[in-house]
Amino acid sequence: MHYLLTVIGDTDNPADDSAPGAIDAFNDRLKDEGRWVFAGGLTDPQDATVTDSRGGEPVFTDGPFVESKEFLAGFWVVTADDLDVALALSADASRACHRKVEVRPFGGVA
Amino acid sequence: MTDPAPGSDEALTRVHREEWARVVATLARRFGDLDIAEDAAAEAFATAVERWRTHGVPPNPGAWLTTTAANKALDRIRRESRRGTKQRQAHMLTDQLAGPPEPEGAVEDERLRLLFTCAHPALAPEARIALTLRLVGGLTVAEIAHAFLVQETTMAQRITRAKAKVKAAGIPWRVPSETDLPARVDGVLTVLYLVFNEGYLASSADADPVRAELTGEAIRLTRLVRELLPDDGEVAGLLALMLLTEARRSARVSAGGELVPLDQQDRGAWDQELVAEGHALVRERLASGRPPGRFQVLAAINAVHTDAADARDTDWSQVVALYDQLVRLDPSPVVTLNRAIAVAELDGPHVALAQVDTLSAHLAGYHAFHATRADLLRRLGRGAEAREAYDRAIGLAGNAAESAYLTRRRDQFGPAR
Repeated sequence: MHYLLTVIGDTDNPADDSAPGAIDAFNDRLKDEGRWVFAGGLTDPQDATVTDSRGGEPVFTDGPFVESKEFLAGFWVVTADDLDVALALSADASRACHRKVEVRPFGGVA
Repeated sequence: MTDPAPGSDEALTRVHREEWARVVATLARRFGDLDIAEDAAAEAFATAVERWRTHGVPPNPGAWLTTTAANKALDRIRRESRRGTKQRQAHMLTDQLAGPPEPEGAVEDERLRLLFTCAHPALAPEARIALTLRLVGGLTVAEIAHAFLVQETTMAQRITRAKAKVKAAGIPWRVPSETDLPARVDGVLTVLYLVFNEGYLASSADADPVRAELTGEAIRLTRLVRELLPDDGEVAGLLALMLLTEARRSARVSAGGELVPLDQQDRGAWDQELVAEGHALVRERLASGRPPGRFQVLAAINAVHTDAADARDTDWSQVVALYDQLVRLDPSPVVTLNRAIAVAELDGPHVALAQVDTLSAHLAGYHAFHATRADLLRRLGRGAEAREAYDRAIGLAGNAAESAYLTRRRDQFGPAR
């Protein structure tokens, strides 16, 4: 199965980035174990633009679609046999990036 | 003990209790779907009740139920695949069914897998309880809804959602790895302990103060876990704790519906058979020489209490020493509060009160904190403060028998000034 590990940023409680090599080491491990699909860190939510074409012509709006103290800071897409494996990975991911991590299965992968 | 008459309600209930979890677990394994397993098991039991009332219970009811339930599940899958929805899945499942039958003995592991699935940490605590009672305990949705005082539709949704998450999120069907096992067993035991406590001290004023159907079910399921994990010390500890608590049940509420504290209970009314079984389990754990977990220490504390023929004979220094051990395992304010109650007996109420008062920041919303303070203040002759503390305890207490006890104690101080 494919799981999305979402890194949750928190404006009130910014991450401690004192161990910058930890994420690289975790990424290398994912690749070695054949679990890596894709991953990336995002820039500040204020850099976001929201597009809405539901009315026909696209409308562009500055800023994230929802303002909140917690925001999407980055993500991993990994393969894991089941939720226990994905949860074990997310525990190490949270330790590596020093943020909360949400685990969600993909309903389908193109 | 004599066997109940074949075909009687008692015989049917016994088969239901003994076979339900096995049937659900076997089907869940075979079809990879808790929903199908639950529905098919329920249908098979309904068919069995009709047939066995007139024909009597067959010699191997478990096998009969499993076969019948598997056929019902296959019918459902074929029906759904005819509608074109789950064709591929049904095909796969039928292929699986054609494989060799499960070896004997593996079935025990299936029930264990079912328990670990139902108590999985990725599910909400209330969902774990509901799922365990439904799929392992075989209680109906209506019974579980009644036990937890929610609408039947709410409980049905909770169970449906939990089953859907198990499937969609890929919660695995297996006994956890050795490194995860202690934490996961603790998760299963916590679910059973919550069920027991809700039965032993119902949290709502609308419920009966003590509900033997819940304490009994919790003990039955803990016995099952012990059967499946006989070497786990915490499983033995929780079972001992439940038995030593359940032994006091009939002495715990007075004829007038008031909670009776431990030191005032009629100890002759305690169930000596349960006490003996609980003590034997505690001795077994002590003899193992392995460091105990929290349930074993709690069981040992209850063993000291139930060992005293009179409340005045209680070995309080032993109780405090065990609480010291418990604080090291679980340094929570509630454990410190309970330790202080024992300290009051050993070192006096003024020492205990000083310890209790340090907890006010954490426990101001907990009725037992105020009830403990009230009792200590009463013993120190500080009536006005005791009265105030009883008021706060009554305001927060949910259990009807406990409220009745606290109210009588408060009113001994006369009308409010």
